[in-house]
Amino acid sequence: MIEISNLHKAFQKLKALDGIDLNWNKGEVIALIGPNGSGKTTLLKCLLGLVFPNSGDIRLDKSSIINSYQYRERIGYMSQISRFPDQLKVVELQEILTDIRKKNNAQLDLDLFHAFKIELYKDKSLKTLSGGTRQKVNAAFAFMFDPEILILDEPTAGLDPISVEIFKEKIKSIPINKKYLIITSHILSDLEEITTRINYLQDGKVKFDLSMDQLIQKTGQNKLSKAIAQFLSSN
Amino acid sequence: MLKIIKYFLLDILNNKVVLGLSLFFFIVSMSLLYLDENQNKAILSLMNIIFIVVPLISMFFSANYYWNSYEFKEILLCLPLKREKIILSEFIAVSLSISLSILVGLGVPCLIFGAETNIYYLILLAVILNISCVALSMWMVILTKDKSRGLGLVLLMWFYLTMLFDVLLISIMMNFSDYPLEKIVLVLASLNPIDLCRISMMLQLDISALMGYTGALYKEYFSGSGGSILSLSILMLWIIIPVYLFVKKFGQKDI
Repeated sequence: MIEISNLHKAFQKLKALDGIDLNWNKGEVIALIGPNGSGKTTLLKCLLGLVFPNSGDIRLDKSSIINSYQYRERIGYMSQISRFPDQLKVVELQEILTDIRKKNNAQLDLDLFHAFKIELYKDKSLKTLSGGTRQKVNAAFAFMFDPEILILDEPTAGLDPISVEIFKEKIKSIPINKKYLIITSHILSDLEEITTRINYLQDGKVKFDLSMDQLIQKTGQNKLSKAIAQFLSSN
Repeated sequence: MLKIIKYFLLDILNNKVVLGLSLFFFIVSMSLLYLDENQNKAILSLMNIIFIVVPLISMFFSANYYWNSYEFKEILLCLPLKREKIILSEFIAVSLSISLSILVGLGVPCLIFGAETNIYYLILLAVILNISCVALSMWMVILTKDKSRGLGLVLLMWFYLTMLFDVLLISIMMNFSDYPLEKIVLVLASLNPIDLCRISMMLQLDISALMGYTGALYKEYFSGSGGSILSLSILMLWIIIPVYLFVKKFGQKDI
C-alpha cells in the first residue's frame, strides 16, 4: 500500500501540494486528474524522490520512502516530457538502463519495443527523434523491467491514435492485481476504459477521491468527463 | 558506482573536448619547452599559464557538463541508485577526464624533452588544482537554480581566485606592513587554492621573484620543507570540503 499523509510542498510562495492525504492499494488503476498546475506532477515526483516534500510522509508498505532509494527498483516511470541525453542512441540508452537495473536472469518486457517498432530507429540518436517517437521510447523503457509500481505522467499526450490504442492494450494486458498503476492525463476518454479510481486534485488539495463505480453511481453518467463535470458542479 | 562512473566517462570522452584540451596543453608546454633554453624559466612561464588556465577550464567545463548531463541524471535518479553516488560519479568522471588531458598534454612533451623533476611536481599540482576547482564549481552549480546563474557564479569565483584575491591580499599587506603579518598571511594564503599551488611550486623551484602577483611576497613566510607538506594538505582540504558540501546539497535538491 502507498500511503501519502499530509504532504506539503511549496516552491517559494507557490503551494504546489497543500496537505495531500491519499491511500493507494495494490490492484488499483488510479487516475490522477486536475487542472494544469494542480500538483499532479509534483506529487508523482515526490513519490519518485525527485522532489522533497516540506512536510508529511509517503510510505510504501509501511516504510517511509523519503531519503530512501532502494524502493525505486519497484518503480517504472514515464515522465511527462521525454527528455533524454542528446548524444545517446536509443540502443545505447537501453543498454545502460539494462546494465544498471536488470536483475539476474529477469525477463525484459520488450512488448512495446516491438509494438511501437522501435527497432527501426534504435541506431538513431535520441536528439533526432520526433517528440511522439521519443514518447514511445519513453513508454517502452517504463515497461521494460516489469515494475510493480507504474507511474505514467501524461502517457498519451503526443502519441498518434494508433499508438494510443497499442498503449492502452498494453496497460490492459498487464496483471493489474499485482501492480500499482498511477496515471495522470487530461484526455479523459483515454482513462475511462482502464481506471478504477479517480483522484481529482485542485490547487494542491484532493478535491475528491472516488472509485469509478461510485462516481458513476453518484452522477448517473457513463462518460468520465461528463461524470466529473457533473460531480464538480453539484458539490 | 563504477558502472555510473564508466557511463559518465564515456559520455565526456565522446564529445572530444578532452582531446582538444590535451592538444592545447601539449602545444603550450611543447612550445615553451622548445623555445626556452633555460628549463627553469620555461617551467615558470608554464606555471603562470597553467595556474590561470586550469582553474578556468575545470570550472567552466564541469559547470557546463553538469547541465549538459542533466537529462541523464534525471534518468539515473529514477533508478534505484543513491543520489550521493550519482553526483560523486559525475565528479570523479569529470575530474578524471580533465586530469587525463593534463597528464597527457603536459606529460608527453616533458618525456620528449627529458625535463627535470620540478616539472612533474608542477603537473601534480595542476592535477590537484583541477580536482579542487571541479569540486568548487560543482558546488556553485548545485547551489544555483539555473544554468546562467550557475555559470555566472563560477566565472565570478574564478575571477576572485585568480585576480581579486591577490589584489585584496596585497592591499592588506601594504596597509598593515607595520604589524607582524606572518601568521595572518599564512592563514590568508590557505584561503585560495591557486595561491597555495603557486607557493608550493615556488618552494620547489627555490626561486623567489617572478611569481605572479602575490608570489614574491610569500617567499619569506613559507620556508623549509614543512611548508610544502602544509600547503599540500591544505589543498586536500580544498577538495574534501567542497565535495562534502555539494554531495550534501545535491542529496536535498529538487530536480
